[in-house]
Amino acid sequence: MPENKRHPYEQDLRVTIAGITFKNPITTASGTFSAKESGYFYDLNELGAIITKGVSSDSWEGNKTPRIAETYGGMLNAVGLQNPGIDDFIAKELPQLQKLDTKIIVNVAGKTLEDYYTVVEKLWHEKVDLLEINISCPNIKCGGIGFGTSPKMAAEITKGIKKRARQPIIIKLTPNVTDITEIAKAVETEGADGVSLINTLLGMKIDVHTRKPALFNKTGGLSGPAIKPVSVRMVYQVRRAVCIPIIGLGGIMTGEDVAEFIMAGADAVSIGTAALIDPLAPIRIKNELIAYMERYHYKSIKEIRDGFIDL
Amino acid sequence: MVAIMIKKILEERITSNQKIAEGIYRMTIYAPEIAQNCTPGQFVNLYPRGRHTLLPRPISLCKIEEEHITLVYGIVGQGTQEFSGYTQGQGIRISTAQGNGFDLGPNIKKSEYGVAGQVTLVGGGLGVPPLVALAEALIKQGHRVRVICGFRAEPFLIEAFTTLDVSLHVTTDSGDYGFKGTVMDYIRAYPLSSEYYFACGPKPMLSELTAYCRQKQVTLQVSMEERMGCGYGACLGCVCKTKDGNKKVCSDGPVFLGEEVDWHA
Repeated sequence: MPENKRHPYEQDLRVTIAGITFKNPITTASGTFSAKESGYFYDLNELGAIITKGVSSDSWEGNKTPRIAETYGGMLNAVGLQNPGIDDFIAKELPQLQKLDTKIIVNVAGKTLEDYYTVVEKLWHEKVDLLEINISCPNIKCGGIGFGTSPKMAAEITKGIKKRARQPIIIKLTPNVTDITEIAKAVETEGADGVSLINTLLGMKIDVHTRKPALFNKTGGLSGPAIKPVSVRMVYQVRRAVCIPIIGLGGIMTGEDVAEFIMAGADAVSIGTAALIDPLAPIRIKNELIAYMERYHYKSIKEIRDGFIDL
Repeated sequence: MVAIMIKKILEERITSNQKIAEGIYRMTIYAPEIAQNCTPGQFVNLYPRGRHTLLPRPISLCKIEEEHITLVYGIVGQGTQEFSGYTQGQGIRISTAQGNGFDLGPNIKKSEYGVAGQVTLVGGGLGVPPLVALAEALIKQGHRVRVICGFRAEPFLIEAFTTLDVSLHVTTDSGDYGFKGTVMDYIRAYPLSSEYYFACGPKPMLSELTAYCRQKQVTLQVSMEERMGCGYGACLGCVCKTKDGNKKVCSDGPVFLGEEVDWHA
């Protein structure tokens, strides 16, 4: 073969989070994915892992509408974790996910410690690979973010869930704190198997034509490319504060964005708002990541990480 | 789960895009794949190209032809403002048809005499466009179609109905054109018998019409509007409260039975 005709590089996209190996680092951010609806657009087996919509002990109705507002380079949402509850989830949605050839991460939501415990206990016997514990939703009145803004509370809930869960647990952190590394360290100390960050940034929009808040809930969570520099910074800081794996998310739109998160310290990433803007985004982004790796001759995700020059 | 990848995001070509009233535009797109796989009441997501306007704009199908679809939209924000500047020959990112359209099934075909019966279509403002495709489909099924459209001041799409075999009734809030008042004022002032109703428009209009149809003991299908996020059923942004709990307007709807919707939510 002539020297100038490069061999097609065989990239190894596999990553391992808490002992679970994903075929690639692309996962679906909680609350932005529906197996049924997203499955109309692409082959779900191409995903590294699916992270489900938050599931609580009982069914939650969520907030009143409008729940969505577009902002410059981003969007606000105040869905309020509408979900059918863990029993309905196990009966109806989970069996569908289990037929897929990808890893399943169930996002767990709650208002009280007991809410969270009920969900993880009910998932004990279920074929689920990981649990992502949402202590960072800005759109529910009690619980949720309340656990995620205090290192003490974050530690307590991690300890309690760790005792009751069969699967490894990833704690999803909020950026709405002064120092995210304190929370990350607190949950690592209590045995968290990983962290995912960031959840949405609390924001607000006022429609000056109707002269009312754009969201019924008045405030909501900001996501999308507008927040990416914040999430990259936080992943970078947390990487240097803890040793457990990080799932990075917050404004990823392209394969190069994924590389950026990996360099900052993420082991895997989640695609959220990008998938609302373009239903096929997770697959496009995966292909763009492969193209990026080809360009720089990276053969594995670790090589991207190691390629980061942080003088 | 059996993978059924039946939805797509396409790049199609605009064949015309014209202003038809103040702030109202009509866009025709050459899109055979969409045109051949859609029904009245469904919508498409149009994706703006602006780097800061990220979310798709859901627009209902106004006219469905063999290879073309026509959308009539109002300028309500930056996305629709951008679309209004698109010109003939330009490409547009567009989804295949989304949601469940009007149910044109057997339950509306029968009448007292076993023939296709009288149906009434009620539209308000930007709720009028989907009624054009619906009227065409119902006429094809042999129904007698009555259309009642209400506008604030300036009517639009009137000619789309006058070229069809429908009886057309127009109202304006200002009284500039047709009957002065709302469509509900008109329906109450001139009660006409109808075996079935379809409606699309502002929520108060749909709510009132549901109460009216309940009283008359006739069925009503309504097409709901809600601020959407993804427009394909993933984000739970656009819910409508029904007697069965929250339903997604984009993928469970946008068409619901009037009786199904919890209007007091």
